[in-house]
Amino acid sequence: MPITIEIPTAFRRFTDGSPKVDCSATTIAEALNELTSRFPDLGRHVRDDQGQIRQFLNVYLNEEDIRFLGGENCTLKDGDRVLLVPSIAGGSGS
Amino acid sequence: MAVHYRLRCKECGKTWDNSPRSFCEDCFSPVEVSYDYDALKKTVRREDLASREFNMWRYSELLPLSEDFAPTGAVGGTPLVASRKLASRWGLQELYFKNDAVCFPSLSFKDRVVATALAAARRFGFETVGCSSTGNLANAVAAQAAQQGFDACVFIPADLEPAKVLNTAVYGARIVRINGNYDQVNRLCSQIADRFHWGLVNVNLRPYYSEGSKTHGYEIAEQLGWRLPDNVVVPMAGGSLIGKIAKAFRELVTLGWVEAKPVKFFGAQATGCSPISDGVKRNLQRFEPQKPNTIARSLAIGNPADGPYAIKLIRESGGWAEDVSDPEIVAAIKLLAESEGIFTETAGGVTTGVTQKLIAQNRIKAHETTVVCITGNGLKTTDAIAAEYPATEAIAPRLDAFEAYLETQIGTTAPATVSAKA
Repeated sequence: MPITIEIPTAFRRFTDGSPKVDCSATTIAEALNELTSRFPDLGRHVRDDQGQIRQFLNVYLNEEDIRFLGGENCTLKDGDRVLLVPSIAGGSGS
Repeated sequence: MAVHYRLRCKECGKTWDNSPRSFCEDCFSPVEVSYDYDALKKTVRREDLASREFNMWRYSELLPLSEDFAPTGAVGGTPLVASRKLASRWGLQELYFKNDAVCFPSLSFKDRVVATALAAARRFGFETVGCSSTGNLANAVAAQAAQQGFDACVFIPADLEPAKVLNTAVYGARIVRINGNYDQVNRLCSQIADRFHWGLVNVNLRPYYSEGSKTHGYEIAEQLGWRLPDNVVVPMAGGSLIGKIAKAFRELVTLGWVEAKPVKFFGAQATGCSPISDGVKRNLQRFEPQKPNTIARSLAIGNPADGPYAIKLIRESGGWAEDVSDPEIVAAIKLLAESEGIFTETAGGVTTGVTQKLIAQNRIKAHETTVVCITGNGLKTTDAIAAEYPATEAIAPRLDAFEAYLETQIGTTAPATVSAKA
């Protein structure tokens, strides 16, 4: 089984409307790279100028935040689901 | 009342019409409500408030409400309690507790945010409202949804305090218990908001919801006689409230309602869930998420969405963040109750305990005006302190039985020396 990346509605305009994208990556980093090379316009919304995953984008492997799994180098196995969820901050500060 | 606000992306600055959205569709960063202050200056003056009732709606022009909005009930307008005992004990000249433990209708500051969120829900045509919640928010959504005729569906971690679950259930809300912590519940709610046409107050209505927090700040300034304090100690869960109090103070300065002055913002967390205070102390560019393990369930958010903004604000204001252990939280709840007659939930124990720490660290000084935010009621988290008060043995309804009791408890029955003091 492939790895499935679930795409939130707001991102689907970059994925030709697809709610799910399959890939064959072995790490989260590879999965994101595969996704953004297939859909280049999505690239700047996934990573910032320093190449880090954007601060207000949360990435989950199945039900777990990848930051608890060692970050984007954590390994994937067949059938895993990768979720991209924009962070819901209320906005505050200056 | 003409509408003088719209949504604005906090990162790229793009503006968006008023709508149920929580992030910028261009850059996917958070949006917040932004106001035309020049227009507001012409719309409302500070003097206009004098004739209005003391609740959050007295600041209506400064909130994101529609032109035809009519309040359905009084929310906010809580006491600013001038401390005598703790001020004296801690050596402070001016110490206040802003007491949202008695905020109506559901006894926490979350009533304020739900009030503005449901105003937005009605405007955008939602029939069902909901939230992800650590308890207080679910109480507030359920109560105000019942009052205003919305269907309510709330999502909570399965192991929440029984009193908080009951305080939601009683209003007839649908409660969905999730096997997971708050951060997992919150992530699920983001997905639900993406799928269903529901007004989730802290997801797709979040820009409007979080503006309600400003009224906590407006009230502090007004109750101090239209002046700003030197220090504010604020509990942090998602990290939104502290920024909204800062926004409230900035707005009052912009409108010319208070004199500008530097205010230090101090953030308070439980040590068992302290990603923001950890980020402040270690000067991290990005906080590290944590798995919460604390009795302060209402602050148990390990991945605080507004954490980056809270860290920036605290550091730029010259404030600091601290955290307290579970035993320190319990001790602080007791201290506040015994000293000031305020029974707060665990979050208030956190701010009180952290204040004590900040004074000991000389970050809060004797001559300054300090306000400590109490955001919830102790009746909701009695489990956290029940072990402190084991049941005592009952006595017979006779005077000799009471005298025998006094003899064993304080070693005398002489009326002149008998005191109730423990």
